[in-house]
Amino acid sequence: MSGGTFVGMPAFPEAAHEAVSNKTLRANLRHATHTIRGKRAKAVAEMSDWAQLREAGKRIKDHTLRHLDRYLVQLEESVTAAGGVVHWAADADEANQIVIDLVRMTGESEVVKVKSMATQEIGLNEALEAEGIAAYETDLAELIVQLGKDRPSHILVPAIHRNRGEIRDIFTREMSEWGRPAPEGLTDTPAELAEAARLHLREKFLRAKVGVSGANFMVAETGTLVVVESEGNGRMCLTLPETLISVVGIEKIVPTWQDLEVFLQTLPRSSTAERMNPYTSTWTGTTDGDGPQTFHLVLIDNGRTDTLADEVGRQALRCIRCSACLNVCPVYERAGGHAYGSVYPGPIGAILSPQLRGTASEIDASLPYASSLCGACYEVCPVAIDIPEVLVHLRERVVQGGPATREGNKVVLKPAKGHAAERAAMRAARWAFGHPGALRTGQRLASRTRRFHPRTLPGPGRAWSGTRDLPAVPAEPFRDWWQRTHGGKDTTK
Amino acid sequence: MNSRDLILGRVRRALADVPRDDTPYDQAVDRDYLREHGNLGVEETVELLAENLADYRAIVHRCTDAELPAQLAGMLAAHGSTSVVVPPGLPPAWLSAADITRVEDRAESTVYDLDEVDSVVTACALAIAETGTIVLDGGPDQGRRRITLVPDHHICVVRVPDQVVSSVPQAFELLDPARVLTWISGPSATSDIELDRVEGVHGPRTLEVVLVSGDGRA
Repeated sequence: MSGGTFVGMPAFPEAAHEAVSNKTLRANLRHATHTIRGKRAKAVAEMSDWAQLREAGKRIKDHTLRHLDRYLVQLEESVTAAGGVVHWAADADEANQIVIDLVRMTGESEVVKVKSMATQEIGLNEALEAEGIAAYETDLAELIVQLGKDRPSHILVPAIHRNRGEIRDIFTREMSEWGRPAPEGLTDTPAELAEAARLHLREKFLRAKVGVSGANFMVAETGTLVVVESEGNGRMCLTLPETLISVVGIEKIVPTWQDLEVFLQTLPRSSTAERMNPYTSTWTGTTDGDGPQTFHLVLIDNGRTDTLADEVGRQALRCIRCSACLNVCPVYERAGGHAYGSVYPGPIGAILSPQLRGTASEIDASLPYASSLCGACYEVCPVAIDIPEVLVHLRERVVQGGPATREGNKVVLKPAKGHAAERAAMRAARWAFGHPGALRTGQRLASRTRRFHPRTLPGPGRAWSGTRDLPAVPAEPFRDWWQRTHGGKDTTK
Repeated sequence: MNSRDLILGRVRRALADVPRDDTPYDQAVDRDYLREHGNLGVEETVELLAENLADYRAIVHRCTDAELPAQLAGMLAAHGSTSVVVPPGLPPAWLSAADITRVEDRAESTVYDLDEVDSVVTACALAIAETGTIVLDGGPDQGRRRITLVPDHHICVVRVPDQVVSSVPQAFELLDPARVLTWISGPSATSDIELDRVEGVHGPRTLEVVLVSGDGRA
């Protein structure tokens, strides 16, 4: 992950602290997450076989991941047979370079884009811009983010942190820089704002020669790609240009056409809480006389094979990017999407980003802690990713270090620096429990001096006590109380 | 080493824990989910389609074969359309009653030409009742993908009950992955601004669906 947009992000606790004190952000997020959450529960309740669909989705994805090499080769053959060209990219830089070269070959200097997490992950827009190629985001929320020189904060509704007034100001100020200016006297009603976006983007769609997309699914058996969306901007980018370049993570494969019947039932209901999203497009290579006549598929690894190598963490690759876990997460609701410092926010981001990028940086080492482990994310996940399990697994890796895979190589990670105090405390506890005499003395001493105990810990313990209340030390150790009241005799007989 | 071999090599090393005799695909997935939800009769399924289409703000009409030309002519007039795109294989009778400029769906015409047209009339491949979805597969009576995308008004004719299936799984059984498919559930919509649903961003802002039934005289 290049993470170009997120360079210099503070670690989660610091960023979250700031976000929590932003009242507008909290109100926007609260409204949004609660609305979707309620609607989703209703949409899911319509399906009496939801549990079976969820299990089937989980198993299809697990099976695919366990035989990913075979399905990747099959996909390549199917796409090629259907008239597409397949490219492979080991990391973000390689993927970006492939796309840059492909756009250059067309002689064009601008592309229209369908919202795609994969291209955000690799920082494609910035890479294209550096080469003099303008990339226009055409999803309304992505447009708001792009015009506002901002970062996305939600997988599904990237501008969820903006309210209508802010959006009006961004349109009025920025649209003229990119093309057709916002209409005179633009108000902040959603309908007028959407209309302004329609007019602004239509001129781009109609003249576009190159489209760039991701994909929600790729079918190994047939070589079919699938994009689900609402606005029609996706259909525009997939249909009108002469050349289509799709940049997709290698984990997005399903084996057969029939498998889509599972995900096209679970994805829309989990994501936008609709029975079906307004538009779904599928294409298999190229079709004579209809749509792009040149199709390139760029398959990206960028940390996915490293994630695959971790038997516990591998399940994160089942993710179909529905964002249901964000909308139920009490931590996301308060901290917002930016605090995660990664393209993938929320609970899934907390397990996906540190696996794709490794846990070397401060932000990545802090992400497995960006959770209360309440388990709500697991409950709503349509492919049953046990996010709490992976969080705990990654916490252990951060604190203890241990074996991992980076860029295909087995490495042994050192424990992260910030956790020295925790490790020292655990070592001390182990010693104390192994020496009952010392433990007893220590406990008595603690009880006698309890009036003088500080409310926060000094030194390296400050971070721990900064977000927690210290437990009060009792007036008398339990062992002493037991001795005094029961005389050490067993009274259960 | 090229990136293809590099990635495939990494995948294989990452999967060292997977046994060679791992459960094969056909046994790995239980398909004990439902093929359809509720055992609705034919009329009820059509009724559910109509309800779910309307729930997502498509405008639903019902008529018989014989009434269809007049029905379509009336809808185009009511929308104030002066021109309509026509797929090559659309039954000529459908628009026989409409006094309107017909624009052929031709490969040579540009998207700018298409942007000038008011409406498009198509058939469909099938419709899914449970989700309120119509599916186009680029057949001769539906035309190229762009003709149902650029004009602001789409009228889609669904033959009932022949073209109606109950569920998503039933649709996948009938659809051909080799064709380009467009699934449409209601008009273009966005909820990106404070989650307020707004119809019509880039696709047609108005979707009208005509459920046409045989009247025995056709």
